[in-house]
Amino acid sequence: MKLNRVAVTGMGALCGLGNDLDSVWENAIAGKSGISKIEDVDPKMWPVQIAGTVKDFQISDELLEPKEQARFDIFIHYALKCTDDALKQSKLLEAGYDPYKVGSILGVGLGGFPFIEKAHETYINRGPRRISPFFVPSFIANMATGKISMKWNFRGINHAVSSACASAAHAVGAAASEIMLGRQDAVITGGSEAVVSGLTLSAFNAMKALSKRNDEPELASRPFDQDRNGFVMGEGCGILVLENLEKAKARGANILAEVVGFGSTADAYHITSPHPDGEGTIPCMLQAIEQAGIQPTDIDYINAHGTSTPTGDIAETNAIKAAFGDHAYKLNVSSTKSMTGHLLGAAGGIESVFCVKAIMEQTVPPTVNLDNPGEGCDLNYTANTAQKREIKYVLNNSFGFGGTNSTTIFKRYEE
Amino acid sequence: MEIQEKVIKIVSEATKVDASNIKAETNFIDDLNLDSLDMVEMMMKMEEEFGVEIPEDKTEDLKTINDVTNFLNTSN
Repeated sequence: MKLNRVAVTGMGALCGLGNDLDSVWENAIAGKSGISKIEDVDPKMWPVQIAGTVKDFQISDELLEPKEQARFDIFIHYALKCTDDALKQSKLLEAGYDPYKVGSILGVGLGGFPFIEKAHETYINRGPRRISPFFVPSFIANMATGKISMKWNFRGINHAVSSACASAAHAVGAAASEIMLGRQDAVITGGSEAVVSGLTLSAFNAMKALSKRNDEPELASRPFDQDRNGFVMGEGCGILVLENLEKAKARGANILAEVVGFGSTADAYHITSPHPDGEGTIPCMLQAIEQAGIQPTDIDYINAHGTSTPTGDIAETNAIKAAFGDHAYKLNVSSTKSMTGHLLGAAGGIESVFCVKAIMEQTVPPTVNLDNPGEGCDLNYTANTAQKREIKYVLNNSFGFGGTNSTTIFKRYEE
Repeated sequence: MEIQEKVIKIVSEATKVDASNIKAETNFIDDLNLDSLDMVEMMMKMEEEFGVEIPEDKTEDLKTINDVTNFLNTSN
């Protein structure tokens, strides 16, 4: 069966590094940190007081009517803003489209957790009659895609993917598959997540998953470094407009890159720890490479899952070595989570955006705070400074609790 | 503040419709385009502001600003 080629024609991004694609990319290339101290919180209730939070964001009244703005949790606002940016770049709307051939698949890990917390407080303190009829629509994970469909009249496939920290990467894979199979002409994909709260930080802290470097927020996310001590939670959104490449070309779209391979496996091992021998992640990367019809030696850059946890980073490093052999030392690896923090369900969205930008700019974004590589971490992680190089193929890894793995491969667009 | 004036103010704040465009006979559904969820929320706001309980079987009779004002007048 001949599969359609898949083009990326537009992107939007929002995270601690900036509120639009250009500022996110420029700050990433400059090696800046989007991690900051969470001010004015009770340290007794907030064991961790650092996160990659979005600053000074206000959705426009055009994207979300004023009376609706308080009705939807912020991950939905982020998704609408980034989708608007991505659609503007793609010029898809101006070109005209069959609404039943345009869909939206977004990765969302936890959904409107902050609104759930608030409603629970209301329920406990003021009783069931004070629960808003808009509570359910405010937090459900698929309401971001739902609102996107309503805003732009996209009547094609519409759902949310939830696979913890691999959610958005699975969404990109699912979206690309819809186009490859010819079921959709265009799909809005990526992910959105915003769950920074005392409760969520306490919860991840209870798992000993978070860095507690509260006094040095900008130094806390340090993937592959010997002093790494857990991930830093981030929030934000990364959106891509994927299109059937031939149809995008026919309408004169500017093609930013192609999606050419997707791999997806499970560790079948442990609820939170990665398989120590990479029995899920190695085949995941190789599946994606096989679907792309290339060899491991063709990959130029890996945007790693690289969360800055002691066990995760070494497990991924070992898996890359197993999958790539000697080539593991020739390609560039980096973890942009060193700057954005870990966007959880949205990670694969913003990191897909970084992959496409890396191809467009022929530049690898750095892993910041990598001063002394940890034991066994001996790859070229693009430490601290962005690197120019020829980039044709980029591989993006996203792994999630539950032992779920996802790999996507992007390719420089050539006729 | 007159009850009706206060009701109009609450409705105006919730719907972002200017208070000068909301009259006694203004209908929530026909004039303000409120849906069933909006109506539930609006009645919750009235309960909160006026410290009353609006029975569920009563809410569907409250179609206009006037209906709400009359209900509040009789329940106080």
